[in-house]
Amino acid sequence: MNYVSSILISAFLLIGGFTAEDAGVKVGDTAIDFNLKNVDGKMISLKSDANAKGYILVFTCNTCPYSKMYEDRIIALHKKYAGQGYPVVAIQPNNADKSPGDSYPNMQKRAKEKGFPFPYVLDETQETTEAYGATNTPHVYVLNKEGGDFKVAYIGAIDNNSRNASAATRRYVEEAIDALSAGNSVGTSDTKAIGCTIKWAN
Amino acid sequence: MIHFTVMQKQILLCVLSGLFFWSCAGNTADQVQEAPKVIKWDGLEAVINKKSEKLQVINFWATWCAPCIKELPYFEEVNESSSDKIDVTLISLDFADEFEKRVLPFVEKRNLRSRVMLLDEIDYNSWIDKVDPSWSGAIPATLIINPSNGKRKFLEKELNEGELNSLIEEILN
Repeated sequence: MNYVSSILISAFLLIGGFTAEDAGVKVGDTAIDFNLKNVDGKMISLKSDANAKGYILVFTCNTCPYSKMYEDRIIALHKKYAGQGYPVVAIQPNNADKSPGDSYPNMQKRAKEKGFPFPYVLDETQETTEAYGATNTPHVYVLNKEGGDFKVAYIGAIDNNSRNASAATRRYVEEAIDALSAGNSVGTSDTKAIGCTIKWAN
Repeated sequence: MIHFTVMQKQILLCVLSGLFFWSCAGNTADQVQEAPKVIKWDGLEAVINKKSEKLQVINFWATWCAPCIKELPYFEEVNESSSDKIDVTLISLDFADEFEKRVLPFVEKRNLRSRVMLLDEIDYNSWIDKVDPSWSGAIPATLIINPSNGKRKFLEKELNEGELNSLIEEILN
């Protein structure tokens, strides 16, 4: 029995391991389009902004303390870069049964309170989150238009100091977009940060 | 006048405290609880690389992380029942400036008896891969190391009841 259960557990862990490491898009991959409902009821996709040179996709939510700490920085990113062709699209990945504070009505409420100047869309089926391989919040994907496609140019954290924006010595997303805008390749294209897990439906 | 022997007093204390009565059997004087402290990366590295007969169970958590708090009792149970062969270390990823305001009161309120250390390293990208390359940075996460046989397991997920014990069995043998 012990032997059987340990095999089952190993098999389960193996599958779990593959999902965590191999799923999702990587830097250089073509970005996956989506069609998700914004807090204003309109559907948003990568085609929504015809002038976009790229996007700053941020998987983020209402409830995660790290997401909250980064809200103002996400707004600042949009204000700085939307005009340069790189607007923010915030995607809320959490299942509302698992995380009631992240329900669509609560998203609407938060967007209004903070005056989000960017779309805040709900990934109700969690298919987009899974396809991108987002694992925690906030988790950023910088996309850059190349030809007719959007390519993934950066994956990871916004900066290297969640506690204090002004103390950050690396601003990864800004560095990435500044490089792309200048026609250069992104120096640091992958980073990791402590964050909240995505709350998956059963 | 009633006189208690030392053992009777201990038993009485245990029964009265009620909360952790199952720990009475294993409670000996050599299990002095280490006070929670703030560490830098080298402090965590020392735990990860510890040359010890004991299995090292390292859990990454924070006071703000609901799924982390949910699984803490499993680690506490292992710490209470197997301290002769397992070291449990709870690595808090709360901010260092909230150690006294949030972490210490939490440890006290929950009566945590495992070793608690707050890792004060805000530049996450500089060390997450060093814990394990498969870690995205989401918590809870758990690292189990057997210094005797070199076996190692890292898991980025909330553990269910029984799952921690199965993992420990797997790494022990």
